[in-house]
Amino acid sequence: MRLALARLPQIALTLLLLSLAAWLAIGLMPGDPASLALMSDPKLTAEDVARLRALHGLDQPLLQRYLAWLGGLARGEFGYSRLFAQPATAVLWPALRSTLALVGAAVAIAAVLGVALGALAAARPRLAGFVDGLALLAQATPSFWLGILLVIFFAVWLGWLPAGGLPGAGQSALSFLVLPVATIAFGQLAAYARHAAAALAEALRQPWARSARARGATEARVLWRHALPNAGVPLLTLLALDVGGLVSGALVTETVFARPGMGKLLYDSVMGNDYNLALLALLLVALVTMLATLAADVAQRWLDPRLEAA
Amino acid sequence: MTRARLGLGILALLALAALGAPLLQHWLGADPFAPDLFARYEPASAAHPLGADELGRDILLRLFYGARVSLAVGLSAALAASLLGTALGVLAAWRGGWVDAVLMRLADGLLALPALPLLVLLAAIDPARLGLPRGEAWTDMLRITVILVLFGWVGVARLARAATLSVLATDYVRAARALGVSEARLLRRHVLPGIAAPVAVATALAVAGAILAESVLSFLGLGIQPPAPSWGNMLANAQEAVFAAPLAALWPGLAILLAVAACGLLADGVSRAGE
Repeated sequence: MRLALARLPQIALTLLLLSLAAWLAIGLMPGDPASLALMSDPKLTAEDVARLRALHGLDQPLLQRYLAWLGGLARGEFGYSRLFAQPATAVLWPALRSTLALVGAAVAIAAVLGVALGALAAARPRLAGFVDGLALLAQATPSFWLGILLVIFFAVWLGWLPAGGLPGAGQSALSFLVLPVATIAFGQLAAYARHAAAALAEALRQPWARSARARGATEARVLWRHALPNAGVPLLTLLALDVGGLVSGALVTETVFARPGMGKLLYDSVMGNDYNLALLALLLVALVTMLATLAADVAQRWLDPRLEAA
Repeated sequence: MTRARLGLGILALLALAALGAPLLQHWLGADPFAPDLFARYEPASAAHPLGADELGRDILLRLFYGARVSLAVGLSAALAASLLGTALGVLAAWRGGWVDAVLMRLADGLLALPALPLLVLLAAIDPARLGLPRGEAWTDMLRITVILVLFGWVGVARLARAATLSVLATDYVRAARALGVSEARLLRRHVLPGIAAPVAVATALAVAGAILAESVLSFLGLGIQPPAPSWGNMLANAQEAVFAAPLAALWPGLAILLAVAACGLLADGVSRAGE
């Protein structure tokens, strides 16, 4: 609790600095809203553009516009998305939900499979090399490439699963999740397998593991009931960090599969000059990432009270 | 050390491919940039060993030229990040006090932030507004390298700081100080060799990270701009042709996989040798 209270002001300060830096970066990107309006409507005259600039405050200095935007945020005015012509919040929430469903499913699968592989490596040292190699492969595979290969194989050749997008009426939402979830899960698998293998092997060497065996516990019981809970705390931390990081890290996978999630929203809004939405999306994913890190630390201390003292 | 050797071997082969690209061009008699619309999506043949892409350009040749971009960006970004990170990490550990506090808060802040969206945001900056030329391959490479260094130094700096702290706490350093060895000599003769192994591991991993990040940005259309080939932008083009030429998507990804895995093997081997 004390940790959370100490960390929240840090998170707020980081978000404030990030928003300023991102605002300045956006000021360096090509095209402003008025020139975009000019491009889409050839009937606009130079005076119209100047009037639009004045109306939306685009003739003000960059820093002054930032302060005005920040003031709006403080009053709870999140503004509109230019790209989607909707209030920004109406675009952000569904995207966050979609991403959390995708990432949650992928991380859950990766954690279960990864721990299973790690346990295999710890229990059967002869297979450790195989698990190691698989982890190396999973870590080195670019996720966008894996996504494309899965699309080619399952959507183009076999035609079993949709290549991307969102389910229409009467289509199963699950079938649209399979390929993106598999893409992310494979990439995350490596970290769990490696951590689990190292932590379980370490736990199995401890004196209490030996005494459990001496009391007649089966090898499986020693592994799952004694070693895993002891090795599990850092794995739970990894889980929370993964979810936090993937809220934005799913960007590439979401782009490959054309899934409207936080990552794709961020990318589309940056590319489409939708600055307000891009900023809000960036701040939202940064907030989720930092809250997940905080949750990981709190959970770790709660599960392992020894850390509180340290 | 077999892992490290395998990793080095793969990297050497890729480097050879990058250097030998003009040779292959001469040998195939093809141009990696000039479109040949009669050869679009041509299957593998003697003239095009891996087939041709959406503009009829030879895929193998573009892979070789792409290796130049990927390796150049990956190596220079990782080396620069490693130099900067080592310098700042050693400085933080050696000076301590407010220097340490400021540098480590900055590192914590950068680590806490989601990296990919920030990379996208920075990569979308218009270089012309900063007074740089736009649209040339080398400026793209420089831009991506700078962005990657901006984020890449953090990991190395934390490692270097921790390693330096443990070296500075050893008895031989205290003995050297008692003997009146100057601080500069102390850092050069004792600290730098002492932290070389962890820094080397971190650098190898940074090369992998930089190659991957460059390919992601190029894939998203924010990195190396066509017609200059990079493994990432080749994949972006191949994705649009999954029906016409599914195999075109296979090769660039395989090249990225090889390069990244080689760096991982190298890092693994070095860290095992250090234990």
